[in-house]
Amino acid sequence: MIHVGLTHFLVVSAILFSLGIYAIVTRKNAIMVLMGVELILNSANINFVAFSKFGNLGLGGQLIALFIIILAAAEAAVALAIVLNIYKTFTNVNIDEIDNLKE
Amino acid sequence: MSLYDIIFYLFAAITILSGFIVVTSKNIVYSAFSLLFTFFGVAGIYVLLGADFIAIVQILVYVGGILILLLFGVMLTNKITNVDIRTGTIHVLPGAVAVGVLMGLLLSAMVWTEWKTQPSETPVTTTVTLGRLLITDYILIFELLGILLLIALIGAASIARREQE
Repeated sequence: MIHVGLTHFLVVSAILFSLGIYAIVTRKNAIMVLMGVELILNSANINFVAFSKFGNLGLGGQLIALFIIILAAAEAAVALAIVLNIYKTFTNVNIDEIDNLKE
Repeated sequence: MSLYDIIFYLFAAITILSGFIVVTSKNIVYSAFSLLFTFFGVAGIYVLLGADFIAIVQILVYVGGILILLLFGVMLTNKITNVDIRTGTIHVLPGAVAVGVLMGLLLSAMVWTEWKTQPSETPVTTTVTLGRLLITDYILIFELLGILLLIALIGAASIARREQE
C-alpha cells in the first residue's frame, strides 16, 4: 500500500462519475436519473477540492465546490417540480414512456 | 500505513460501495437511503482533504436538503399502496459496456499522468479564508448565485403548485 496522494482521490472521483453515468443511462425512473446527476456533481466536487489541496493554489477550488453545491440544490428543486408536473400529466415518471413530442 | 490512509480507504469504500448500491438496487427507496451513505462518505473525503467547511455544507445541504427533496419526490410519484415502487432498467448491457470503457479511460488517464503535486504544508483556517474570498474576489459570483437560488426556488414553487380551478 502506497501513501495516499492525489491519484487516490482522483480514482474515487472517476469511479463515482462512472456510476453516475451508468445510473443516467440505464434507469427509467426520472428520480433515479436525478440521483445519477447528484453523484456526478459530487465526483466533480471531489476533483475540485483535491486539486485545491495538492496544487497549493489557495482555496479557490473549495469555493467553486461550494458554488457547485448551491447549484445542485437549485437544480434538484426545479427538476423535482418538473417531475411532479410530469406525474400529474402522465401518472408515471418513466422517461422512456414520455415521448409525446415524437408524434 | 498511517491512520490517514486507513481512514481514507474506509471512506472511499463507503462511498463507492453505497454508490454501487444506488445505481444497481431495484427498489428506489433503497437507492435513496444508500445515497445518504454516499454523501456521508464524500463528506469524509472532504475532511481528509482539509476542507472542513465544505464537508459541513455537504452534510447540511445534500443530506438535509436534496436527499429529503428526492425522498419526497419518490413518495409523491409512486403509488405506495400498489407497491409499485420498483423501477425498471433499459439498455443495461450496452450501458454497462460503455460506462466500463469510459471508466477504464478515466482511470488510466488519472493513474498514468505524472501529477506535479505541491501540497501546502501549513494548514489554513478554511472558514475565515473562504469568507474573505467570498466578499472580495468572488463577490460577483456570490451575488449572482443568491439571485439564481431565489429565482430557482420561486420557479420550482410556481411549477409544482396545483392549478386553481
